[in-house]
Amino acid sequence: MAILINKNTRMIVQGFTGKIGSFHAQDMMNYGSNVVGGITPGKGGQTHLDRPVFNTVKEAVEQEGAEASIIFVPPAFAADSIMEAADAGIKYCVSITDGIPTQDMMKVKQYLRKFPKNERMVLTGPNCAGTITPGEAMLGIMPGHIYQTGIVGVVGRSGTLGYEAADQMRELGIGISTSVGIGGDPINGSSHRDIFEKFEQDDETKLVLMIGEIGGPQEVEVGVYAAKHMNKPVVAYIAGLTAPKGRRMGHAGAIISSAGESAAEKVEMLQDLGVTIAPTPSAMGETIAKVLAKM
Amino acid sequence: MDIHEYQAKEILEGYGVKIAEGGLAYSPEDAVQRAREIGGSVWAVKAQIHSGARGKAGGVKICFTHEEVIAAAESMLGKRLVTHQTGPEGKVCSRLYIEAGTDIEKELYFSFLVDRTHESIIMVGSAEGGMEIEELAENSPEKIKKIHIDPAVGLLDFQAREMAFALGLDATQISHAVKFIRGCYRAMRELDVNMLEINPLVVTKTGELITLDAKMGFDDNALFRRPKVAELRDKTQEHPQEMAAADRGLSYVGLDGDIGCMINGAGLAMATMDMIKLAGGEPANFLDVGGGASAERTEKAFRLVLADKGVKAMLVNIFAGINRCDWIAEGVVQAVKKIDMNIPLIVRLSGTNVEEGRKIIAESGLPIITAVTLAEAAEKAVQARNEQVAKEGAA
Repeated sequence: MAILINKNTRMIVQGFTGKIGSFHAQDMMNYGSNVVGGITPGKGGQTHLDRPVFNTVKEAVEQEGAEASIIFVPPAFAADSIMEAADAGIKYCVSITDGIPTQDMMKVKQYLRKFPKNERMVLTGPNCAGTITPGEAMLGIMPGHIYQTGIVGVVGRSGTLGYEAADQMRELGIGISTSVGIGGDPINGSSHRDIFEKFEQDDETKLVLMIGEIGGPQEVEVGVYAAKHMNKPVVAYIAGLTAPKGRRMGHAGAIISSAGESAAEKVEMLQDLGVTIAPTPSAMGETIAKVLAKM
Repeated sequence: MDIHEYQAKEILEGYGVKIAEGGLAYSPEDAVQRAREIGGSVWAVKAQIHSGARGKAGGVKICFTHEEVIAAAESMLGKRLVTHQTGPEGKVCSRLYIEAGTDIEKELYFSFLVDRTHESIIMVGSAEGGMEIEELAENSPEKIKKIHIDPAVGLLDFQAREMAFALGLDATQISHAVKFIRGCYRAMRELDVNMLEINPLVVTKTGELITLDAKMGFDDNALFRRPKVAELRDKTQEHPQEMAAADRGLSYVGLDGDIGCMINGAGLAMATMDMIKLAGGEPANFLDVGGGASAERTEKAFRLVLADKGVKAMLVNIFAGINRCDWIAEGVVQAVKKIDMNIPLIVRLSGTNVEEGRKIIAESGLPIITAVTLAEAAEKAVQARNEQVAKEGAA
């Protein structure tokens, strides 16, 4: 089961023939991902890494039954590539690309909303490490070997902090059902909560770890959701507990931001909502172990 | 990227927004010359720094004679002004904006900004503008009007009217206000602005609507397609090491402590900061080397971290995904040999090619302290920092 991807998921790579796209496509295939081809406009008909290259996502969907896509296209063109994937009927898209303009992402989100919810492409990222279902498939750029197969669902903004969690869990013999990076940008495809809803419905996932950060309201929103709708225990670490107040300009940001946005406030609200907090980043693994022991 | 008030006003004027007559000055002589050109008998001398709340820091002075203009200019130029938005180090003032005095009837607040919660642009306004706007938002939130703009259709006239009425304007001023709001919105969309704030927007005694102060912040990710905006960058307003890092494709954050840090990834950087503080230390800075760090990139990163002369110990914490520990290790060894470091170095490597990386460090023969876990790395860094401080104290 797991969520979003498994060993049968038919994947394509947008920005396939570039240096970065090639490197990670190969890495994904080595891991066992079912990469069925890639997109580089103008290079359709060629073969790259033993896989067919297409000019458009639509062709890859029609000819290879592509279901999931990963984007390595440069930031200026990435939003367009995401919308092309949605239009072609791709079900799940990961945007690795970092540096997409905010207004482009607003446009992407607006575009995705025009599809009825059951047909809407799920997007994670941009600016993330991707998604991995250990032992089955990887749609991302993470070091696959540190992820052990298991029952903990992981969702986080930060790539490297996600690796840190996976590594701590592996040291303690704890495995992961699926790990999803939602990315560090102000506007991202899926929120923590969107991914939580999927983990709640997944039979293989017994516990969910959220790796949050200061800034933005998404982490507390998850706590509220989990308290109302989830039967599975939730563990969270919020990075930046000791971060100083950032420099800023103007009053506007302060006026629209609501309570619960500093890491300390987030932690307190999450605890009140029944979430178990990992007090330090090096205690993510052991906190999960403690909660699992009580189950 | 932020810009100065005078630059923001110049841009907004191009979008039909009304501003008071003014001019730029780099010296007290310039300042008085601008005052003469503007004419009249009241001038505002305004320090151009990337911060609001300048008034309380002595960065805005109302002058009634040319002598006062000169004195005000002398009191600001070359000084570092500290406001609650600049951080304790303040920002240096090297330009002034001299503006005709305005007969103010009423001060309003107006802004557009990207609202990440709603994934859209939000318009914010209040009939009670001025410096106490944040307190007003906290204590009387009903006095702040917020309107979300649907990205599919953009700003609609009725929304602009709704805001104009909420600002307490009377019927004769509504069409001007709508024009002003539309102009601001167009600037927002056409230039990839993240934040546009007019505070105060004033109603003059003759009923005119004038932009008295303006702040604009732009989306750094979109500067590639806004070359004219990118030219407005004023490097004197930005942290020198942050600038140097950005020029090399790295990201740097300066802090107040004395443990220098080289990390990959913003989340891991924040987590490392948490660990250092829990271990009793204070980070001096964070250098995010990002993905795909070559040996050369690693060496550049080292130099940036060590450019902060207050650094008493340096911690390298890399969890390699796209990165490879062996490349990072080679870069570290190369950098230490070239730079001749005289402070302790703690290295923690994990992830892709970790064994090769650790071997390179071990076989280098250099006095590098190694750690396996994040907690161990932070503890060793704080311990090494304390020993270094004791050593320097004794010497």
